[in-house]
Amino acid sequence: MTYLLQQALNALQLGSIYALIALGYTMVYGILTMINFAHGDLFMVGAFLCFVAATYLKLSFVPSLLLSMAGVALLGVVIEKWAYKPLRQAPRVSAIITALGVGIFLENFTLALCPYPKHIPPLIAHEMWSFGGVSISSLQILIILLSILLMILLDFIVRRTMVGMAMRAISWDKTIVPLMGVPVDRVISITFAIGTSLGGAAGVMYGLAYPVIDPYMGIMVGWKAFISAVVGGIGNIRGAMIGGFILGGVEILVAAFLPSTYRDFVAFAFLLVLLIFRPYGILGKPHPQKV
Amino acid sequence: MSTVLKSAGRGWREITGNRAFMPSLIVAGFVFSFAAAQFELLDPYVQLILMYVGINIILASSLNLINGYMGEFSVGHAGFMAVGAYTASILTVSVFPGGATFLLFPLAVLAGGLVSALVGLVVAVPSFKTRGDYLAIVTLAFNMIIKSLIENLEAVGGPRGFLGMEKLTTLPWVFFWTVLSVWIIRNLVYSNFGRGVLSIREDEIASDLMSVNTRHVKLIAFVVSSFFAGIAGALFAHLLQYINPRMFDILKSTDILIMVYLGGIGSIAGSIIGATIFTVLLEILRPMGLWRMVLMPLLLVILMIFRPRGIMGLREFRWFVPLHDFLAVRLWRRKKEAADASS
Amino acid sequence: MPLLESRNLTHYFDGLCAVSDFNLDVEPGEIVGIIGPNGAGKTTVFNLFTGVYRATGGSVLFDGSEIVGRTPSEITSLGIARTFQNIRLFKELSVLDNVRVAHYAQVRYNAIEALLQIGRYRAEEKRVTDRAMDLLAAFRLEDHAEEPAGNLPYGMQRRLEMARALATGPRLLLLDEPAAGMNPNEIVQLMDLIQWIRKSFGLTILLIEHQMRLVMGICERLKVLDFGATIAEGLPRDIQNHPKVLEAYLGEEVSP
Repeated sequence: MTYLLQQALNALQLGSIYALIALGYTMVYGILTMINFAHGDLFMVGAFLCFVAATYLKLSFVPSLLLSMAGVALLGVVIEKWAYKPLRQAPRVSAIITALGVGIFLENFTLALCPYPKHIPPLIAHEMWSFGGVSISSLQILIILLSILLMILLDFIVRRTMVGMAMRAISWDKTIVPLMGVPVDRVISITFAIGTSLGGAAGVMYGLAYPVIDPYMGIMVGWKAFISAVVGGIGNIRGAMIGGFILGGVEILVAAFLPSTYRDFVAFAFLLVLLIFRPYGILGKPHPQKV
Repeated sequence: MSTVLKSAGRGWREITGNRAFMPSLIVAGFVFSFAAAQFELLDPYVQLILMYVGINIILASSLNLINGYMGEFSVGHAGFMAVGAYTASILTVSVFPGGATFLLFPLAVLAGGLVSALVGLVVAVPSFKTRGDYLAIVTLAFNMIIKSLIENLEAVGGPRGFLGMEKLTTLPWVFFWTVLSVWIIRNLVYSNFGRGVLSIREDEIASDLMSVNTRHVKLIAFVVSSFFAGIAGALFAHLLQYINPRMFDILKSTDILIMVYLGGIGSIAGSIIGATIFTVLLEILRPMGLWRMVLMPLLLVILMIFRPRGIMGLREFRWFVPLHDFLAVRLWRRKKEAADASS
Repeated sequence: MPLLESRNLTHYFDGLCAVSDFNLDVEPGEIVGIIGPNGAGKTTVFNLFTGVYRATGGSVLFDGSEIVGRTPSEITSLGIARTFQNIRLFKELSVLDNVRVAHYAQVRYNAIEALLQIGRYRAEEKRVTDRAMDLLAAFRLEDHAEEPAGNLPYGMQRRLEMARALATGPRLLLLDEPAAGMNPNEIVQLMDLIQWIRKSFGLTILLIEHQMRLVMGICERLKVLDFGATIAEGLPRDIQNHPKVLEAYLGEEVSP
């Protein structure tokens, strides 16, 4: 039982990181119906920015986090402006391929700048508490609480503010909304800023929780987060959160009972089985094609 | 000057429009590839690059069938490659080792393609119901599962990889398989099934309503595409003489995607150009070290912004179009004129 | 025996009733019109007939055999073809290929013959191309055979859609608002075209239309839908003055 609880805690930690990244995928998809394949690499950039802030600028946790989030958000907005915006009228795959290209560029650019894996110095005082055999670290509490806080904040923005309303309106109908005086470009920029900054925050947390960061770390984590978004129903914000925690749970469960080499296998097989029964994810709705 | 160019253009068109143009080009190419390998007309390094170009052409044109012609978005092509590579390698190393391997090599390559095609049949089934992004995820998951499966198969070396293959892939063989795959994919495109494939890209519902059996068409497209990916994998394995599961991960699939979209979707000529440019450019830029991997994606992004459909984008060299199809309308007109004149 | 027989055909979208108890007999050779205000469920009826949607209830017999539950391509191969309200050509394919695609079910070579260009491949390709060209010529489109369909002007695109539908070799043709976006002059030409198609291809035609001029001019029988239900049917001139029809189109009469 304690073992299970311990694993549940680990699942919550991993799941919240997946969920944060998945939100970025889902927000961009919701507004542009485009898979931003560079998103996993923005997560990586977040981790590296935190490394720079903590190692060279000697900043503490909160400033490092804010700096990473801001830096990644800026990068996200610039990428959208320069690489994706010119392709809004082009075939959808062109934008996806561009995103893949941007992702590979970010990976290799980072690799060219720092060829060796790095380690983020401990920014959080390490403390362990034990509750009836279940041990929990200060870092775990921080990751879980911070993620939940960010998600609540996002949910609030999307549901209760004008910007959020504009985002939902654009994802609902791209042709009419601009005619209603909604500044579409600005809303898209804000969406990218928010979505990517969440990815940056996830990068910081991942970098703190796991020993090393390297330029290719965003690929696998990015794909997993993308799966989370799909499992939840891509384009659906609450779905992305749920999907992240589900995938985190599945992975930790597999690691607990099977050799760790089966982790990816089971995660992806799970995805396939889920898509057979719920082709549009848990909270997603099918889009009926009009004839 | 312009008249010279014009007459040169006309001359060129006459040459390429000739019925014997493609066959003689192929024969010449095969003879040359054979001579180059046999008498070392070419530097072994250049031969190696040419072989990579060939293998990449097979990969790009077979993926183009699904992504360019059919308009789906498959991101797991390297998974099929892995199936072909492992199947053929197991055959040449473990099943029939010994002196006759070079004779059995084409059979092993063929087997690699067939097993891969069988797997392609399975992957085609989800494409009946899901499209676009969701099919992308299915193929992605397929790629990851194949890789993960091989990593867990100790019999083929697991994550350490598999070795012991002889270097059976030679320039003439690569040339042969490249021409065969391009020819067959072209034949498919210019057939009833190919028109079905294209109409699915344009409008799947309308296609179904125009009597196209979309499931059947998708099955054929996936089987042919995965067959050739398997062939390419088999050739790749016997060129490198060592394979491991990480060679066939999503990064490899991404490379193939880049070749396809660089060259242009829905164009075999585009895939040939895309694969050639990608392979050769990577070699030329080798002195740049790590920065070449920074430059390549940057070039891709810039190309996509200015030419979203790639270099060729839905266009085809005239001499790739089967002559009978190319002349079909003209023949009909001539016949009609004759009929009108006689009546 | 009627060519098409629909019995209590009913369809719901997420609990919303789009078509209820739709009954219709179409005799061979007839031209029947379905009219009704926007959103009355007319196009849904076509989608049910052609297998795009699977009916929630009821049955459709085509030439005596049940077609509810069959795929669109099966139904088309049986002999029902259609056009679309908003033109749905294969825009990037050539005009010729648009018509050749529609021959899909009539081509008699298999995949192996196609991949290796052996056996019946050549002869069949020639046959299909010639038939497609003849059909294009009948619609005065033969000079545009090699252009992408999306480049044609609107009127030609409408004609090409009809040619493409006819290429599937139908016995029943469903026309979904063929006169949409046409001026009165063009509508007169269209009426001639539809009559000509019926005669020269020996077809039965079912059409949806808003243009009363066209409907009154060529339909032999009419069926009026409103909110998924049939509110009237009969000869065109009877329908014109039917109180329920006037109500559906013009709204309820305000009693003084």
